[in-house]
Amino acid sequence: MLLAMDVLSLARFQFAMTTVFHFFFVPFSIGMGLVTAIMETMYVRKKNETYKKMAKFWGKIFLLSFAVGVVTGIIQEFQFGMNWSNYSRFMGDIFGVPLAIEALLAFFMESTFIGLWMFTWDRFKPAVHAIFIWMTWLGTTLSAIWILSANAFMQHPTGFAINQATGRVKLVDFGAVITNPQLWVEFPHVIFGAFTTAGFAVAGMAAWRLLKKDQVDFYKKSLRVGLIVGTIASACAIGFGDLQTQFIIKDQPMKFAATEGIYKDTSDPAPWTLVELINTKDHTTTGNIEVPYLLSLLSYHKMNGAVKGMETANKELQAKYGKDRDYYVPVKTLFWSFRVMAGGGVLLFLLGVLGLWFSRKKKDTLLNQRWLLYILGFALWLPFIINTAGWFITELGRYPWVVYGLYSIADAVSPTTTAGQLLFTNICYFLIFTLLGGVMIYYSHRVLKKGPEGDLNTDYGINSDPFAKEAFAK
Amino acid sequence: MSWLQILWFFLLFVLFSGFFVLEGFDFGVGMSTKLLARNSDEEDQLVATIGPHWDGNEVWLITAGGAMFASYPMWYASLFSGFYIMFFLVLFGLIVRGVSFEFAAHAETKRGRNIWRWALACGSLIPPFILGMIFTAIIQPLPITKAGDVYPTLGNQINLLTIVGGVAVTLMMLMHGLNFIRLKTTGDLRKRARDWNSKLYYLLYAGEIVFAVLLFFMTDFFKERPISTLLILVVIVGSTVAAHVGVLKDNEVLSFVGSALGLVGVVGVIFNGLFPRVMIGQDAAMSILVKDASASPLTLTIMTIVAVILLPIALAYFIWSYVVFHKRIQAKGAVSE
Repeated sequence: MLLAMDVLSLARFQFAMTTVFHFFFVPFSIGMGLVTAIMETMYVRKKNETYKKMAKFWGKIFLLSFAVGVVTGIIQEFQFGMNWSNYSRFMGDIFGVPLAIEALLAFFMESTFIGLWMFTWDRFKPAVHAIFIWMTWLGTTLSAIWILSANAFMQHPTGFAINQATGRVKLVDFGAVITNPQLWVEFPHVIFGAFTTAGFAVAGMAAWRLLKKDQVDFYKKSLRVGLIVGTIASACAIGFGDLQTQFIIKDQPMKFAATEGIYKDTSDPAPWTLVELINTKDHTTTGNIEVPYLLSLLSYHKMNGAVKGMETANKELQAKYGKDRDYYVPVKTLFWSFRVMAGGGVLLFLLGVLGLWFSRKKKDTLLNQRWLLYILGFALWLPFIINTAGWFITELGRYPWVVYGLYSIADAVSPTTTAGQLLFTNICYFLIFTLLGGVMIYYSHRVLKKGPEGDLNTDYGINSDPFAKEAFAK
Repeated sequence: MSWLQILWFFLLFVLFSGFFVLEGFDFGVGMSTKLLARNSDEEDQLVATIGPHWDGNEVWLITAGGAMFASYPMWYASLFSGFYIMFFLVLFGLIVRGVSFEFAAHAETKRGRNIWRWALACGSLIPPFILGMIFTAIIQPLPITKAGDVYPTLGNQINLLTIVGGVAVTLMMLMHGLNFIRLKTTGDLRKRARDWNSKLYYLLYAGEIVFAVLLFFMTDFFKERPISTLLILVVIVGSTVAAHVGVLKDNEVLSFVGSALGLVGVVGVIFNGLFPRVMIGQDAAMSILVKDASASPLTLTIMTIVAVILLPIALAYFIWSYVVFHKRIQAKGAVSE
């Protein structure tokens, strides 16, 4: 029994680790594809060589991220079979179709066109060449729809029946699977989050160079493109996040109550808690800092309305799925993740607006606002943290289910997999990821340092061997 | 057993064959960077032959895996969880290999670059070897429970047949890669690839004979499907001979087609012998069967529609990208022809 529990926690840890790491690169790549495509299109339209340089330059970082995204993505596909074989048996009828479409439609597209884009800069007319990066980007974006349709099913199953003989889900209405309401609030939220990630990452990287007064024209143009993409996208991500909230209040009240740290039903109108200390044992909260009316406003877009607490939600879930257990989710993680995600998102949006204001064409004083460049520079890491926090809410908030209301995480794990195997692979993945992440950041940093004129692999003289002692000295 | 189930069993054979043929040569080229190339310029020349293609080729594996999950979830679940460490090793190879292309381009020292080229070579060696082992392990009887869980012992995973299978698949992919190099390069590398293959083919003949003998003794293929198994083995040997003739007569296209067909044959003999099972139980009653392992008819129908629409489109631009990059890669500093 103890061993069985270990397998489950190790498998869950592995899923969290591999998914979080993979999802550093996925949204970044999707967004970088867009940013690069926009830059190249501007080159096609304006015939300004700077934009071509920009597309090539930021394209290098896009390709680095893409490479790490691809290899960590294969882990995900294999992992369902390796660690979660019972889940694969249970979900196969539903999950398989989106996954197969994702491969046939999206993966072929992105992998083929990225090859064409990388190696044909001087062989095709600029307009044709720009189509290649747009197709690559389209491939990455389409892939998000299909994988999220599987995730949406796990959050809110639709279009299925339970096969009485096997107890597994059976597809009855594919249309219902892809018109799942959860999907169409989740996908836009995720995809705009991806654009936000790349927009602010580009702006942040450019800000560091601008602080050094390096290639001012080049990096300022880059920063503007990044900020425009990032600001618009963050506004949209916030908007769709709000829509998703409206959906979750009704669909998964436990998840919502946990993100707000509410155990008892609130008063009407409901105040919003900025911060509080949560005692998960006694179901009490202390040190609350509250803003009156705001939770009603956020939840229902009205100045009144009470919000269901976790205790009520738990009772409802017990009535529906059995009294043999509690249905509380990891409250503290959800509560704080939500604050990081929502707070960070709003902060990014405001930063974007500020940056665009100070770099406006009429009166461009951005270089004098060194404080803002510093903040933008540090904020380049923020979207990655926000994305992770968002997935913590979505995935942990589904506890104890792997497929909501149908199949529990504990049932999903592979019966054949041993704790030893999982421990071994967990350690290996951790080491591999540390190496990949480190090298990726190091090479991106080198790309930035060398600037737009820097070429790959032309100068063997500089020592930037990632394993050399000198590499760690500076 | 419905015709949809048979169709998707066949399509899985097609997808895995596509993977063996396409990523087969780029695994072979990857191994060659540390076997055939004598300096970093030659390594670059080799990598350039697969640079625009390797990612697309790998999608065949991802698609095959996804399609297996979709069409045969019970097979996918039993196979991947049962051969846990082996699949992890495949992943390990694919990861270090996949990043090596980009990372090598960014490395600024000879040493850093060399590390990533070694990552490419090793990452190209491990997956064929392990996949060869997995595919030859599942054609032997395995301990399977009633729930369909596979508990292979070490002996089920490492035995004479799986080692020969691993070596054979690796060797075939290496030689397929060398044939690809003959097609895609000029100069010394092209010549050396031919020299290598002119010797390696004798080794492959020996390997194929051993493989056929082991197949006879260690699997039930000759009992269950003697004629088709024998026929496919003849195809494998025949295409090997054809490829060999292509080496001797300097017909590069013939060699490449021959080695490609040989790899299809290997996947073919496995799928053919497995049918109508997907996993063979030591207790025959525990074997996982095509008729039980598949997804529902509706899922298979939708996937068929999807494949009919999307596969031709994907293939069209996939092939087009090979047309775009049809030129031979010259050695650095070579005068253009």
